Amino acid sequence: MHPAELAARASYGRLLSILAVRTRDLVGAEDALAESFLAAVTQWPSDGVPQNPEAWLLTAARRRLVDASRRRRARDEKHALLQVSADETADGDFFGDERLRLLFVCAHPAIDAAARTPLMLQTVLGLDAARIASALRVAPKTMGQRLWRAKTKIRDAGISFDVTADELPERSFAVLEAIYAAYGSGWEDVAGRAAASRGLTEEAIWLARLTVRLLPEEPEARGLLALMLFAEARANARRAEDGAYVPLTEQDPSRWDAQRISEAEAILKEAARMGRVGPLQLEAAIQSAHLDARRSGARDEYAVVLLYEALVQLAPTLGVRVAHAVALSKTDGPANGLDLLDTLDPAQINDYQPFWSARAHLLEQLGRLDGARDAYDRAAGLAEEDGVRRWLLAKKRAVEGIAGASDASRGAV
Amino acid sequence: MRYALLVYETQAGVNERDDPEYQAAYKAYIKAIYEQGVAIGGSGLQDAGTTATTFRLVGGERQIQDGPFADTKEQLAGFFLIDVPDLDKALEWAARCPSTAKGGIVEVRPALEYSNRT
Repeated sequence: MHPAELAARASYGRLLSILAVRTRDLVGAEDALAESFLAAVTQWPSDGVPQNPEAWLLTAARRRLVDASRRRRARDEKHALLQVSADETADGDFFGDERLRLLFVCAHPAIDAAARTPLMLQTVLGLDAARIASALRVAPKTMGQRLWRAKTKIRDAGISFDVTADELPERSFAVLEAIYAAYGSGWEDVAGRAAASRGLTEEAIWLARLTVRLLPEEPEARGLLALMLFAEARANARRAEDGAYVPLTEQDPSRWDAQRISEAEAILKEAARMGRVGPLQLEAAIQSAHLDARRSGARDEYAVVLLYEALVQLAPTLGVRVAHAVALSKTDGPANGLDLLDTLDPAQINDYQPFWSARAHLLEQLGRLDGARDAYDRAAGLAEEDGVRRWLLAKKRAVEGIAGASDASRGAV
Repeated sequence: MRYALLVYETQAGVNERDDPEYQAAYKAYIKAIYEQGVAIGGSGLQDAGTTATTFRLVGGERQIQDGPFADTKEQLAGFFLIDVPDLDKALEWAARCPSTAKGGIVEVRPALEYSNRT
């Protein structure tokens, strides 16, 4: 990618936030910014790249916004005067806070919940609709329409850009969720060798840090930051040299990022001191327990089960309930874990790969090898990642090998 | 709603069909997609480069040619006809198709429903 293009990408979300917060019109701000990028592409090669490209782009976009506003005012005298102040400079912490403000606008309860995360990803993180659609696995056209509807609603319904302090906590859940989704899209792509997606996980971590600063009283913001840092610390250990998938229990702790882990531990402790537990803190605490167990060799399985029990109360997602059953199998035995798995709604687990992996693992421990083989096979059939699929098929072959060997010995007797 | 998942493979992908690991991945995928009542039909296809034959009428005259209709880098390697609630679900199944790990492509096409026809 060309350096100018990289710079443009990095600036997009920041510049758009500044423009949109001033004009309260995302669509208009996007158009103006697009025009200023276009002007840069044609002018910079001949005039040279300006010393502060962001400031140049911002000024050009503001000029276009003012022009557009004048044109509109000519048509409609009652149209509110555009408040584009030209005196702000394009540097400093100022940017970060505007990005976060836009994040909270995108989390407005009047905006379709399905559109909030993509809207934040696009406007604040500067991702294009096609990339968001791929990351969230939605058809690009559907995603485009969803984003367009949300943006026009912000403008036409007059959704306020003045997010007051008392509104922040209630919207913070949607914001945290969107940041986590942004992180997740980069996380899954670790296998996809896409260098660009690594940048996205870092953006998500950066936004979480900013959220912590803006919402110092919200322990869940810290919980999210800790959770992502724990995950990020293990990012490199998730793949073997040849790209094969390595599950947490087989990862080499020396390949983990110790600095990130200790930072995550410290942040999680800060959150815990606030005395208000939430799902993100619990997930981070579970990560902490897992990592600790792998490093020390000793493992407090009961603590993990208790954390999962609390998490099931607060956020009973399918993933949490499957993980709870696996955790329980370690304290109460695989049969009890399997019983818990079997309480899940068959319609929901039908095509849920982690369920079949977990089931296969528990059946294998119980020596029910035929069932384990079928479940590994089913999990492999549902896997999207080639590394995970290959790992599951290898497990299936291993189970077949044991079954075959015991059949043979029976035959000999 | 019915969709066709049209699986395109590169020649390299087609050449890897004898790889036992690749076969196991496909077996697992086919089993999963049929056992859940998602797939209604479909089949893998033999190598277009060596087995395809094309028929067309040119000026009212039958013309039978050796080789595929379009000589492209990727060839149609197989297809599934699936019945799922919406495009998002169809894309989920497309994402699971093992060919994509070998550089293959899955084209998702909504089927022409009877009521759509004039």
